[in-house]
Amino acid sequence: MMEINNLIVEKLKSLGEDTVVETSDFRDDFCVTVNADKIVAVAKLLKEDSELKFELCEDVTAIDWAKRKSRFTIVYHVLSLKNNFRLRIKANLEGSSEEIETVSSVWSSANWYERETWDMYGIKFLNHPDLRRMYMPEEFEHHPLRKEFPVMGIPGSVPLPKQID
Amino acid sequence: MGLEAKLAGDGYLTTTLDAIIAWSRRSSIWPMPMGISCCAIEMMSAVDPKYDMSRFGSEVMRFTPRQCDLMIVAGTVTYKMAHVVRRIYDQMPDPKWVIAMGACTSSGGMYRSYNVVQGIDQFLPVDVYTAGCPPRPENLINAVMQVQKKIDQSKARDWQDKKIVDLEINKN
Repeated sequence: MMEINNLIVEKLKSLGEDTVVETSDFRDDFCVTVNADKIVAVAKLLKEDSELKFELCEDVTAIDWAKRKSRFTIVYHVLSLKNNFRLRIKANLEGSSEEIETVSSVWSSANWYERETWDMYGIKFLNHPDLRRMYMPEEFEHHPLRKEFPVMGIPGSVPLPKQID
Repeated sequence: MGLEAKLAGDGYLTTTLDAIIAWSRRSSIWPMPMGISCCAIEMMSAVDPKYDMSRFGSEVMRFTPRQCDLMIVAGTVTYKMAHVVRRIYDQMPDPKWVIAMGACTSSGGMYRSYNVVQGIDQFLPVDVYTAGCPPRPENLINAVMQVQKKIDQSKARDWQDKKIVDLEINKN
């Protein structure tokens, strides 16, 4: 277990010393926080490296920390079928930034996950081929999973059919 | 038992047109199975041989709204789905009735949230609400019987001068 953790960090550091910001290994869940500017290079390396082969992107989501200095964290869950190993990648966005480069060019499955994250958190994935809403109606203007969004929604923000007299 | 028992004597009967039309309407309510989530499972078991809703003339689930009299909205209606439900309802011919089956449909249920309509009566004229999460088949059958009672009290002309719904579908 330990070897692959070190291997991942070592390989990622070949992209530059500032690539890996932080690592954590809690109950065998290995998590690596990377520099958000290098996310595509990181993704490419993890997928294409012959020893790592993280070929399957299982989820892309975000965390809204509300009052923290860097408000949003983007989280990627990837699986290496070769090593039977799951990895969590985190990328903290600078300050109140809401933009990150898309990884859908690397993992095609990230396309819809990123659309979902855009819908729910309003994270703009730059160069995404088709960044439309996933769940909410297209004309909806808010992002429901943000902390400032009220649980019961904003009255009138989603239209209902008219009542029959 | 049914009509034939009355016919046994002289071979004819006297009644009012309202009564016989109401009788025929309530004896063959064809439901539109608007099964959106888990309530639909109980709706299915209501028509199975054990509970057998056909005893009340309501076993013919039609998957086209044009042949339906009763819409059973069974499940959580989200704001996005509300337009679909309404569009299907609009296509059903008059006279028509609506059962709000289960907690979600009646009031939003446990989904007190931005995406779920807090009761379909905000956009549909509901006739009978059914409690339960999901309601047992007996409960749904009871709801159908309540609708039958309601139909019994209706007059044949009640829908005569009803104005035609301005369908959203026509506007596009």
